[in-house]
Formats: sequence, structure tokens, C-alpha cells
Amino acid sequence: MTKKVLIVDDEPNIVISLEYLMKKEGFEVAVAGDGEAALQKVASFAPDLVLLDVMMPKKSGYEVCAALRGDPAQAATKIIMLTAKGRDTEVAKGLAMGADAYVTKPFSTKDLVAQVKAMLGA
Amino acid sequence: MRKSANERRLTAQRLAALFLLGCALFNYPVLSLFNHAGQVFGIPLLYAYLFGAWVLLIGLIAWAVERGGD
Amino acid sequence: MAQGWILVLASLLYLGILFAIAYWADRRSDAGRSVIDHPTVYALSLGVYCTTWTFYGSVGRAAATGIGFLPIYLGPTLMFALGWFVLRKIVRVAKANRITSIADFVASRYGKSQLLGGLVTVIAVVGVIPYIALQLKAVSNSFTILASSPDLVMPARAAAAPMLQDSAFYVAIVLAAFTILFGTRHLDATERHEGMVAAIAFESVVKLLAFFAVGLYVTYGVFDGFGDIFGRAAEIPRLAKLAVARDTAAAYGSWAALTFLSMLSVMLLPRQFQIAVVENVNESHVARSVWLFPLYLLLINVFVLPIAVGGLMQFPEGVDADTFVLTLPLAKGQEAIALLVFIGGLSAATGMVIVETIALSTMVCNDLVMPLLLRWKALGLDRRPDLSGLLLEIRRWAIAVVLMLGYAYFRAAGEAYALVAIGLISFAAVAQFAPAVFGGLYWKDGTREGALAGLTAGFAVWAYTLLLPSFAKSGWLPADFMAGPFGLELLRPQQLFGLTGLDEISHSLFWSLLANIGCYVGFSLRRSPDAREAGQAAVFVGSGNVGAGALQWGAGAPVAELLPLAGRFVGPDRAREAFARYARSRGVRDVEDLPADAGLVHFAESLLAGAIGSASARVMVASVVEEAPPDLDAIMNILDEASQVRAHSREIEQKSRELEAATAELREANERLRELDRMKDDFISTVSHELRTPLTSIRAFSEMLFEDPRIDLEERKRFLGIIVNETERLTRLINQILDLAKLESGRAEWTTSDVDLAEVVRESCDALSQLYREKGVALATDLPAGGPVVQADRDRLTQVMINLLSNAVKFVAQGEGRVRVAVECLRGEVRVTVADNGPGIRPEDQDAIFEKFRQGGSVLTDKPVGTGLGLPISRQIVEYFGGSLWVESEPGAGAAFVFTLPLAEDGGASE
Repeated sequence: MTKKVLIVDDEPNIVISLEYLMKKEGFEVAVAGDGEAALQKVASFAPDLVLLDVMMPKKSGYEVCAALRGDPAQAATKIIMLTAKGRDTEVAKGLAMGADAYVTKPFSTKDLVAQVKAMLGA
Repeated sequence: MRKSANERRLTAQRLAALFLLGCALFNYPVLSLFNHAGQVFGIPLLYAYLFGAWVLLIGLIAWAVERGGD
Repeated sequence: MAQGWILVLASLLYLGILFAIAYWADRRSDAGRSVIDHPTVYALSLGVYCTTWTFYGSVGRAAATGIGFLPIYLGPTLMFALGWFVLRKIVRVAKANRITSIADFVASRYGKSQLLGGLVTVIAVVGVIPYIALQLKAVSNSFTILASSPDLVMPARAAAAPMLQDSAFYVAIVLAAFTILFGTRHLDATERHEGMVAAIAFESVVKLLAFFAVGLYVTYGVFDGFGDIFGRAAEIPRLAKLAVARDTAAAYGSWAALTFLSMLSVMLLPRQFQIAVVENVNESHVARSVWLFPLYLLLINVFVLPIAVGGLMQFPEGVDADTFVLTLPLAKGQEAIALLVFIGGLSAATGMVIVETIALSTMVCNDLVMPLLLRWKALGLDRRPDLSGLLLEIRRWAIAVVLMLGYAYFRAAGEAYALVAIGLISFAAVAQFAPAVFGGLYWKDGTREGALAGLTAGFAVWAYTLLLPSFAKSGWLPADFMAGPFGLELLRPQQLFGLTGLDEISHSLFWSLLANIGCYVGFSLRRSPDAREAGQAAVFVGSGNVGAGALQWGAGAPVAELLPLAGRFVGPDRAREAFARYARSRGVRDVEDLPADAGLVHFAESLLAGAIGSASARVMVASVVEEAPPDLDAIMNILDEASQVRAHSREIEQKSRELEAATAELREANERLRELDRMKDDFISTVSHELRTPLTSIRAFSEMLFEDPRIDLEERKRFLGIIVNETERLTRLINQILDLAKLESGRAEWTTSDVDLAEVVRESCDALSQLYREKGVALATDLPAGGPVVQADRDRLTQVMINLLSNAVKFVAQGEGRVRVAVECLRGEVRVTVADNGPGIRPEDQDAIFEKFRQGGSVLTDKPVGTGLGLPISRQIVEYFGGSLWVESEPGAGAAFVFTLPLAEDGGASE
């Protein structure tokens, strides 16, 4: 069964690149442009992994992450936080929120794909 | 050698204490304890007491003042 | 020993030795090698406390009351334990103020009052003259007894000799001569008499040795030691009761009262004040005296009781106990010892008389006669150039008069009660000085009126309850005096207000000190001290700030006036010498070069004070110097220690408040700094975020293109397009960040000139018309003809316009968007509005959009193109030129960005 990846980011160009990368690896991909849309998509799409941007309108990545971790149904959902803010405190905060990994932008596409694959056991 | 300010304070307090001691020794009621017939080495008790206390007081004052020199 | 001439010769010989000692000591002193500059000599000279009243009288008192003579010596012992505080303080204050007597001390303390000095003098003279009479009587009696030996003749029973055959008369004359010789050899600035003090110290040794000699003789010669005397006495009921005191409350009360009285007297008797304070060479001598003087008192009393008891056993009756020291050796045929005792008694009498008369004559001269003479204009004293001779003359006469008064009293009193009791009556008289003196030393608020009222009341009560009754008992007043005036029981002198149960001394002491202290405190509290009193209070109560007195002289006076003034009283040569010393101490070579300041006036005043007393000195100095108007506040502030402390603590409070304020400010500043730091941190974090975002796309697409060569062409083109766009975005961002940094730090370059704003708007619209057309947005302008001119940088204004126009086009809907630009002139400023029909901006966002990296448009799904720096930059620019930029918007009704700029002065929008 194909694994499902949800891409959450408010930068259209980044979404395009991530979508292309994930699709190329054979994952089923869905996209959300802000925090609220992301939570709706999680409910409807039930992704195995969420690529989650931190700085977004409406709901930040942290809030989305906290909401997902607060929902037992989503306990198995992997979360990779993407952020352009590379400060240590933010990395720590993200991990504390229950993210499985934390990737700073700009990221290496090869590394990101490897990490996603590793997490999904594919 | 001059005394330090601290020593002088101590001396002053000792003298004040000795003044109070003297007031107590030379007045009623302490005085009345010795105011009866009787002799010490052939000297009337009251007389012996007063001079004894007097000598003691002077000695203590001298000790307080001359200690360490000034 | 019947030959009186041997006694006369011995007496004269003894006085000759005294004279030699005094002369030698004076010479040594002049040579700068003082013999009395030694604590032991000081302590011995204090032995002047022991007069014939001690030498003969103690045995008499002991024979009557047993140990009743002791409080007179225990009191001083206690007082000297406190001497470390009290006496040293008095000495220090007196030296600082050149105090010459106890009258001077009191007068000086309460604002240098001549009236007060006079009053103290009167009390001292009245109180002490009978005491002098007592000394004359004692010498005379001892002479009579010795001269008539081997018969034991009691002088009391002898017929009074005519005056010219009366030994007391000659004693008085010789003592007057001696006192004049040593008391008034010269006028000294400090009124010290070194020779006299040396002689007094010697006399103390003589009287102690004499008393010891007779004591040892009686105890071990006549009897077989203390045990023998007391053992035998114990068997005689009459004597046995001397070994115990009466065991009643009244007896203990009297005992305590006598102790207290003698505590005061040992400080306040004029002769004690003279020796202990005025003649003190060095304050440090006080230290040893606090135990050595009591030791002296103890030694001189060791044999009193044995002699008294021995005498009572030897002479069952008929012999005055006062004469035991003399009559006991005489009765045993020990004429040599008797002669020694006579000399000892003589030394006790002469010591007292000499010092007392010197002290009294100084007071009489300085505080009584001189003030009166100086006021007596008819004498023309104020015109005499040299009064120092007159001063000496007055003192000599005062000595003679005091002694003659003493003699006259002696003649008049004879064996009357008034003379016998006079020792304690004198004590009670000088005890009246206690509130004014000790109060003045420790209480700042005592005033002249308080001291006057206290002294007057105390003196009056003393006279009424002690002096006049003693006259009445002597038969000089009608006996019904004792029953109270008009038979009023309440006013009976020795049961005043019905107070009974106290002996007469305790009774008088209680009422007189009650009246004295009551009036002193009561009258003092009626007003606060005036400037002069406050000044003196600070000097006396404080630690003796010597220079402080100078502050009372607001103005200075030239040497040319002060030197002759001082010269008139202390002698021109001595005055010039003293001024020269003062000049050297101030580092001035010539006396004439001394600055005419308040310090010089103060010096002259204290020099004069040494000669004529502080009160008269002030009056004399005031005659040549304008006394400072009593600026109470100023003097209180400078002098009053308490107010200094208060001021100091106020200052500290002020400082601590300032410190607190500064701390708060610092904390605030720190807070701001931290806030700024946090903002800077946020800014950098945001900048890095904004830079990373396009970089992320660029890197991702580049890597994708690089990794996968099989991407089809269409895709490739699209990806490359994104890369190019994001690169442009990155470039723009970097430019704007740099731009903003420049603007904010003030390093931006501005080219200011007259700018036609309408033209700038038109050009900007033209530049963006292509973009608007592409998006299908209508752009309308409403520009006045001959546009308004502002002082600004043309390129910067263009930047603002382009930013606003591109923002507007960014947020309006494609195809339906309408943007309208208007320029209008209002009251000296030009107003530019860029209005759109976009979604509008929520009120809570209307401030935020001017913050860096905060973009509106979060409502849009599509992120608007932009850096988030355009509006902050635009606002910076507009504000730089004195205008402002804001937004007016209703959500859903579009937004209007408005900025204003002040119109240039000479360019209007008129045509």
C-alpha cells in the first residue's frame, strides 16, 4: 500500500518542489496551504507522514503539531517539521511538541527524501 | 600608646558600670546588710565593709583606667 | 609650747616653703618645663577638696555620728568614676572656650550672658564666704589650743580676743598677701596659676602626712592598733553605738542625700572647678585622677574613726571632738606631733583659702565688677588704652575683700551654729549650679531664662530653708522665723509644705533642687534657643567644636581695631605676642597682614575671654565688630549637630531616593535594551527566515534539475522560471533590507530638492501602468495642475509611490480592481491618497502592516509577492521629510494608503 504524505506550507514554490519530490518516490501526496487546512486534510486524507512548515498563516506548524499529538487517532502519524528559522530553541521547541524530525530550510532534497523514506519504512 | 576608639568605649562603659556598682554598694539596702554590731579582725563590721568596698571600687576604677595605658 | 612665737615662726616658715615652691614652679613654667604637667600632681592638687573641715571636722563628725562623715568622700569617689565622661567634657569645653571660672562657664554656655555670670558669682560668694570663715576659725582655734598648752583650753570658751590680737586676723592678712602674690602675678589668657597649683599639690601631701602621723600615733602609740581601740570602745555602750549607723529610712535617706550633695560639690565648688578645670594642663590627666583622687580621700579618712573613738575614750568630756587630732598628742605630751598637726591644719586651710579666693576674685572681677565698670560711661574706661593694670588691681582688691569678708563673718559668727554647719550649707549652695552646668553639658535646649530662673529659684529656696534658719539658730534672726512667716505652718523653713522626716540638708536639697530644675526646664522650654544660645549649646553639648564660635561673628574686623582692644585688657605687649602667635599659626608673616575675617574676631574674643570672661569679652568685641544678625536658621544649620545629622540623613534619604530612581531608570533602560535586543534577535531571525524561504525553493529546484536529467522540457522550463523568480525575490529582499538598515541607522543618502509631487505620482503611475494592464486593474489619477512642490528626495518619493501602487495592485482582484490616486493640498501640506477596492485591512492589522516582514493579505490563499519591507521603508521616508503615512480601511471596503508632506514655503499649489 502506498504511503500517504501531506505537505503543509504557505510558499507555493516550496509546495511544488516537495510535491514533485514525494510523488517521484511514489507516495500519495496531498497539499495544504495553512494550519487549518492542514488539520482538515489530516482528517480526510489520513497521511502517514506530514511535512509541516512552521511559519504559516492561521495556525502555526507548532499548533498543528500539538493538535495532532493531542489526538490519539493520529499517534502513528509521523511529523517532519520544516522551518526557515534555524535557531536551536526552535528546533528544541519543535521536538518538544512531538515532531519526529526537524529539518531546516533550505534543505538538501536528497537528505529529506532519505529521511522520509526511512521514517515510512519504505 | 593611645587607646583605640574601641578600647575607649569599653573603658567608658566599665567606668559607668563601676559608678552604678558604687551607688549600689554605698547605699541602702546593701548598706543595711552590714549595719549591725560585729567585728572583722577587731574592726567594726560596717566600718570594715565601707572601707573594703571603697578600696575595691578604687582598685577597679584604677584597673579600668590604667589598663593598656593612655 | 607656750610660746606663740614658735608657732608664728613655724607658720611663716611653712608659708615661706609654699612660696618658694610656687615661685620655683612659676619659673619652671616660664621656662617651658612645667612641674604640674603630670597626672599625679593634678590628682594631688584636687586634694584641695579636703579643708580643715576634713582635717579637724571629720573627727568631730565621726565622734558624733560614727561613719556619718564618710558620704562626703564617697560622693566624690562616685563622681570621679564618672569623671571620665563629665570632668573630661567640662575640661575640653572650658579649654575650647577659655573658661576662667564656673560663673564664666555658665554665662558662656547660655549665650555669654553677663547677667547669668553675675548671678552665679553672687551665689558663689554668698555660699562660700562663710566656708572661708570656717578655715580662719580652724587655724585660729588650733593656734589658741597650741599656744595655751599644756593647758587644754577650748577656744569656744575663751574670751574673744580683740582684733589686733586675734591670730585669725593675721592669718587672713598673710593669706591675702600670699594669694595676691600668686594669684595675680600676671593676667594670663588661660587664667592659670602654675606656681599656685604646685603649692596646693604640696599642701595636699603635707596634710595627708600630718594626718597619718597623728593617726598612726593614736592608733599604735596611744593604743595598740585598730583592734585594741575598737575592742575597748565596744565595751563602752556610748561608743559602741558609733560602730553602727541608725537603721532607719531617714538615716539612709540622709546618707544618700549627703553622698549626692558631695558628688555635685566636688565638681561645682569654685575651688574644685578652678583646680580641676581651669588649672588643668592636659585633659589626659583626668584619667589618673579618677582613681588617685578617691584614693587620697580614702587614705585621709582611714584614721578618722580611730582618732574619734580614741579621743572620746581619752577625754570623757570637756574637749571638743573637732580638736582631737590636736589635743590627743598634746595630752600625751607629743608636742612635735601636735606641731605637725598644726602645720597640716594650716596647709588644709591655706590651700582652700588660696584657691577659693582666686576663683572668687576672678569671678567677682570678670563677672561682677568689670561689666559694671564698663557700663559706667562716666568712668571713661572705654577710652583708656590699657586696662590690664586695672584688671589686676580689681582682682587684688577682690581677693582682699573676699578674705576680709570671711574674717568679718568669722568675727560675727564666733562659735555660733552658723559656722559649725557651714560646710554642708556651702555644699548645698553650689549644688544649685548643677542643673545649669550639667544640663548645659548634655541638653541643648536650655536657655538663658531657664538658667536664670533655675539658679534664682534654687538660691532663694536654699537661702530660705538653710541659710536663714542657720542665722535664726545663731540668734541673728528672731526665733519665730523658724515658725514660718505670719505663723504659716506650711511655710516653716525647715518643714516646707509640711515635709518632715528629712534632716535639714536633705530637706533643703530636695526643695531647692526641685525648684531649680523645675524652673530651669520649665523656663527653657518656653522658647527655643536663639542663635547665640544654640551656637554655644552646640559647642558645649557637642564634642567642643572650637572653631564653631567663630561663626557667630558674621563680619570680620581688622587687626588695627582688634589688637588695641585686646591690648587694653591683657596688656599691649602680651596682646601683640598672642596675635603674632596666631598669625604664625595661620601662616601669615606679619600681624598686620592677618585677614580681617570672622576667625580673627573669634581669636580676639577668646583672648579677651581669658582676661575678662566670655560674657564681657563678647560685649567688648561687639563694640568694634558688627555682630552677625542672629540668623537662626543659618547658625542652626551650621552648628546644631542634630540638625546636621538631620540634614545629613535627609541628604542620605535624598541620595537613596535618587539612587532608587536611577536604579528604576536603569532597570527600564535595561528592559528597553533587552526588548531592543529581543527585537533585533527577532528581526535577524525573521530576515533569515525571509532569506531562507526563496533559497529553499532555489536549492530544491536546482537539486531536482541536477539530480534528474530525465525531467521533461516543459517541467524544466517551469522549474527554471521558479528559480529565476525566487532569485529576483531574494535580490529584492536583500536590497530592501540594506535600504531599511541604512534608513534606520541614519546613514542613508538623501538628495533634497524642490520636488513636484504631482509629477512624481504621474511618473510612478506610468512606470506601473504595464503591470496594471496585465492584471486588468484600472488606475485613475486626480492630480492638480501645476503640482504642489515639496522639499524632498525625488527618487525616494518615487520609491514610496511605486511601493504603494504595487501594493494596491497586489491586493485587488484581477480584472475588477480599481485603484485611484489623488493629490490634494490642505493647510500647508500636500496629501496623497492611494485607494483600492481590495479586501481591506482589519483594524487590528492596520498598525502591524507597517512593521517589518508583516504582510497583510493573510486572508489570501495565494501569498502576495513582496518582502514585507515596503511599507516600513515608505513610512521611514515620509517621516524623514516631516510627513506621516497611515492607512484608512474598512474590511471589505478597500484600503486607502495616505501620506502627507509639508508644502515647500515658496512653492504653492496656487497656479
